[in-house]
Parts: sequence; structure tokens; C-alpha cells
Amino acid sequence: MFLLSGIILLTACSKTPVEPNYDQHALAPLSVEFDNIVGGQKLVLNTGTYTNALGQPYTIQLLQYFISNIQVKKADGTTYAVNPDSSYFLIRQDDPASKFARVKVPEGNYTSLTFTVGVDSLRSTMDISKRTGVLDPGAGGHDGMYWGWNSGYIFFKMEGTAPDAPADPTGQHKFRYHIGGFGGYNAPTINNIKVITVDLTARGMAQVRKDRAANIHLMVDVSKALNGTTNVNFATNPQVMFSDYSMNIANNYATMFVHDHTEN
Amino acid sequence: MNRKYIAVTGTLMVLVFACSRKLPGDNVQTDAGIFAGFQQPGNFPVPVYHFETNPVTKEGFELGRKLFYEPRLSRNSTISCGSCHIQSSAFTQHGHDVSHGIDDRLGSRNAPPIMNLAWSPLLMWDGGIFDLDLQPVAPITSHEEMDETVANVVSKLQALPQYRVLFKKAFGTEQINTGNLMKALSQFMVMCVSSRAKYDSVMRKEGNAAFTPEEAAGRKLVSEKCGGCHREPLFTDGTFRNNGIGIGANDDQGRFAVTLRPEDRYLFKVPSLRNLAYTAPYMHDGRFYTLEAVLDHYSTGIKDTPNLDPLLPAGGIALTAGERKEILAFLNTLNDRAFITDKRLAEQ
Ligand code: HEC
Ligand code: HEC
Repeated sequence: MFLLSGIILLTACSKTPVEPNYDQHALAPLSVEFDNIVGGQKLVLNTGTYTNALGQPYTIQLLQYFISNIQVKKADGTTYAVNPDSSYFLIRQDDPASKFARVKVPEGNYTSLTFTVGVDSLRSTMDISKRTGVLDPGAGGHDGMYWGWNSGYIFFKMEGTAPDAPADPTGQHKFRYHIGGFGGYNAPTINNIKVITVDLTARGMAQVRKDRAANIHLMVDVSKALNGTTNVNFATNPQVMFSDYSMNIANNYATMFVHDHTEN
Repeated sequence: MNRKYIAVTGTLMVLVFACSRKLPGDNVQTDAGIFAGFQQPGNFPVPVYHFETNPVTKEGFELGRKLFYEPRLSRNSTISCGSCHIQSSAFTQHGHDVSHGIDDRLGSRNAPPIMNLAWSPLLMWDGGIFDLDLQPVAPITSHEEMDETVANVVSKLQALPQYRVLFKKAFGTEQINTGNLMKALSQFMVMCVSSRAKYDSVMRKEGNAAFTPEEAAGRKLVSEKCGGCHREPLFTDGTFRNNGIGIGANDDQGRFAVTLRPEDRYLFKVPSLRNLAYTAPYMHDGRFYTLEAVLDHYSTGIKDTPNLDPLLPAGGIALTAGERKEILAFLNTLNDRAFITDKRLAEQ
């Protein structure tokens, strides 16, 4: 019953040309690579030192974010959305294998890529039995991506040290940015879900074929989370979690994904 | 395929579940000895818990009960859910204003009863948790409560043959995961139904149960003066309000932390008035130790803080000494001894 209504609804409100029913076994591999960098530099956890737009030095100790709902589009405007059950990825800087979001799409030449940074409200409120793998609310410890006290996923987590950040009770000068908020369950609140569309025509479209492994290589300049419309000050905002200010960081990091090239 | 679509589908899903809800307990056998499953008391509304995706079975309930009393859910195996939610205190931590957890760490709020949660759409004093199945993640991972990770709990239980057998019986698999761990705990918690107080017998016209004249007068007063928020038969309307107790020492802003809306500052969930004889102290931070003090608050102590509820008159609710006695007499009919002594809900 739910499936049926889901399908009716899907057809009812999709504006793009309706996609044919693809044979899920005849799909071809596509990967999207999230290559995290800081400004013009390589991102090295713990030891790399960087400087924000306000001239404050910092290191990054932890960086991870959710990528979900991957869609690709052809030149003729047809789009293909990856089956939502296999379209959630946690990109973790401390786990090199996790930087590839591997999906399956029909063969074709794709000129644009769309994905969500975060976890959509539907999945955020789904029955717990449907939330496995990276979406398991019980996964992880201090590096977990779920808020227990205010049910919801942390979409983007960046922690590190900055001499300008005030000392915490353990004496460390840490900054902690935990950004989430899917819009609220029954009362509207902050919505930090960001949908990103990347044009692939200038730097090479993805030619997806069964006998190949197309890889869309994105450079992700994570310093943009701190610099942009809002320049984040470690001294005054060392901790940003569920608060209005978090929207500034989410707006900042929505600009960090740049297409570098495609390996076909 | 945009956010609107997702939101609409979400709503639709809720709707579909709502329309297709079968009343749990409709066709379960109640003969002695046979597990009756979840029963909707005759004088209660339809529950809101999603029994469709987690039907209560004997095996699931018993496993949930074992887990509820299992100290392995905490980092050093010292604290169980039952340490803070004690049955004889209607599943609260009687005597503690704020909860007392692992390594003697103190929380910042009073432990509410595990009671009639199948009718509670939002959990916690601030409503931050919207599904009972997600609730245990909070205490398990909280530094002041159990200070553990869910993943660790799963692997600790997975290593114990007795739990593998019990999960197999309840869920058809020995593989323990967050989902079936939480669902088992929910099955126990939704069964903690308090519906056998004198009030309920009178409402259901059981035998010749009747209120004394004093209790009947008290019921009228409570329904007039308190019923706008503490609504029968659950004695809460499930909303969030500021009842004028004044801002606490730690400036807990309640519902605001969850919605970030200024109009939600200092709002807390309206608690039930059932089982008050067993659940002192009262309020989100346990600031009142007696019902006398609570009535003093409503009659003369209301503080004009931001978002004070319009249902509360500025000068307080005037109560004569006689009226106070009547209110207390009626509240006493909401105490459910059968609930706090129910052996099925006790640690076995
Ligand atoms: C250290 C004490 C402590 C422990 C241990 C504990 N709780 Fe609680 N519980 C609390 C407190 C305090 C609250 C209220 C917290 C708030 O509102 O922020 C609460 C709230 C709840 C609620 C919400 C009730 C309502 O009406 O909104 C449920 C359900 C619950 N706990 C279940 C559990 C379960 C299941 C466990 C074991 C996994 C557990 N608790 C362990 C102290 C504890
Ligand atoms: C405007 C709504 C409202 C009205 C009217 C109201 N209450 Fe309350 N009541 C609340 C809220 C909200 C709380 C929780 C406040 C908090 O903890 O910060 C509460 C808490 C309580 C508690 C504490 C219960 C517990 O488990 O901690 C008792 C007892 C109580 N009220 C009794 C009464 C009585 C008796 C009346 C009528 C004389 C009354 N209330 C009128 C909203 C109301």
C-alpha cells in the first residue's frame, strides 16, 4: 500500500521526463570520489596546519559527512535516481575507502550529478529496522553521526584544534562543528539539508558502460566550511551544534564541491 | 525528487500507517496463562505507537524486560534502565530530583515514569525524541547516564549465548543489531500500561466502583482547573507548556533546545497526573517534593516567565483549603497499585 502510494506520488510530482523501468541487474558501475583538501593543500589529519580566512591557525582531527540520494542527468534532460536503499554514504577522512560513493546507474553519458549533503527527512524518520549500515543510529562512539537526545543525524562533523579556541575543561583548545537538522519532525526547525548539483560538461562527462568504471572526481575544499559568506571565528564560535548559527556553516560548506575531472 | 517530495512522502507514509492501523490486542487471547499482548484499556484512546512495525509478542516482551534490567547496557555494567526507572516508584527514580547515573554522575532532569508510552507521540521533557524505538540510544550513550555505545552493547550481548537464543526466539535471528535491540526494549515499555487505578474502575463501571463525594468534587475541580493541560484519561494532552514554575538554576530552556523557536522557550512536556503517590519529586527538575508544594505553586507561586501558558491566570488558581483536600483525594484515585506491583513488569 505504501509502495503503491509512493509510486503514484513519484510520478505525480516528478517534473523531469519519466524514466523507463530499468533492469536493476543490467546497471553499470559509477563512483563519485570525494577528495577532501584544505585550500590548495592536502588534508592531513592531526598534523597538517592550516589558516582560516580570519588568519587563525588550526588543525583538523576528524572530518566526516553524509552524502545521499545520488542522481545523474543526461544531456537530453533525463535523470536517473539511484535506488534510495543503496544511496547513503558516510565519507570519513580517516578511512580512505570511504571516499568513494559507489552506485549503479544505466549505461549512458551523464552531464550532471546531483546529491544531498546530509540525510533527507524521510530516511531520518523511517522505522529503525530500515536504518542500517552508516544510517544505524547506534553506530559509532564519539565519532558517531547521530544525536540521541534530539533524534536526527549529524550531517557534517569537523573537529580539530585552534589556539584561538578557548580551552575546554580538559585544557584543550578544540573546535567542534556538528551540523545537522532535517527540518523537524512535527514542529518546523532548522533545515540544513543541502542538495548539490555539479555540472560535468566542462571537466568531462561520465561515460558509464558496463565494462568500465567511470569515476567522477570531486575536489572538496573543506576550508570552505569555515570561510565564505560567514567567516567562522574559533574564538567566538568554538562549538557549533544544533543552533541557528549552524546554518551559516551549512551554507558555507554547500559551496565546497568542485568537479575536477572524470576517469572513464 | 526534491525536498518537498520527500516531505510529502513522509507525511503520506504517516497517513497510510495511520489509516491502516489495526487495533493491537483485538484478537489476542486473554485466558489465564496465555500472553495477552498489548491491550487497549476500554477507557483509553487508540495508541500512537507503531505496532504495525513492532507487534508485541511474548518472546519480544520478555527479551525487552530482560534488557531493561540488564546492567551490561552501561559502560561498566553498573546501571540498567531499571536503576533510574524503578517499578515500585512507577518507573521513576524516586527521591532523586535529577537522575543519578554511572559513576554517581548527576543528570539535569528528573526521570519520568515509563508509563502509557504507547500514547506518547514525543518523548523526553522537551520532546526531542519522536519514536520510542530511538529512545534508548539517548541514555545508553549519555555521559551522565550509561556512558556506553550502542555498538558495544550489541557486541557484549552478541557474545552471550543466552541472548543469542532469546533474540532468535523473538526476532527469528541470532544476529543482534540496533534495530532488534531497540524493538525489544520498546515491546517491554509499551506494555507498561497503568490503567488499573480506582479512577479507571469507576470510568469502566467495574463492579460497584464509585467515587466518594470528596473524590467526585475533586475530579470536577481537576477537570476545570487542570484539565486544559492534564487531560483525562491519560492526564496529559501531550503538549509542551510553561506552567510558571520559574526558570531553573541551570536555565534549562526545555522544548526550545529541540525547535530553536523563541515561542518554545521554557516549555516542558505536560506530565501525567497518574501515580503521583509514587513519583515524587515533581517537575522536570524535581523541584517540588510534595503535592502540597505543587498546589501552593499553582495557587500562589506562578511566575511570569517568557511564554507562560495563557491557561494559567496571572494571579494563580485560587483554591480554598477544602478544594485542595478534594483535589488531593481525587489525585489519590489515580494511583495504580496493580501497576507498580505487576510481576510481569518486574525484574525476573
Ligand atoms: C541515569 C538515569 C537513567 C537511566 C540509566 C535511564 N534513564 Fe530513561 N530517563 C532518565 C531521565 C532523566 C529522563 C528524562 C530526560 C529528559 O527529558 O531529558 C529519561 C527519560 C526516558 C524516557 C522518556 C519518557 C517520557 O515520558 O518522555 C524513556 C522512554 C526512557 N527514559 C527509557 C529508558 C531506557 C529504555 C533506558 C535504558 C536503556 C533508560 N531510560 C535509562 C533517566 C535515566
Ligand atoms: C497550562 C497547563 C497546565 C495547567 C493548567 C496545570 N498544569 Fe500541572 N503541569 C503542567 C506542565 C507543563 C508541567 C511540567 C512543568 C515542568 O516540569 O517544567 C506540569 C506539572 C505538574 C505536576 C508534576 C508531575 C510530575 O510528574 O512531575 C503536577 C503534580 C501537576 N502539574 C499538577 C497540576 C494540578 C493539580 C493542576 C491544577 C490545579 C495543574 N497541574 C494545572 C501544565 C499544567
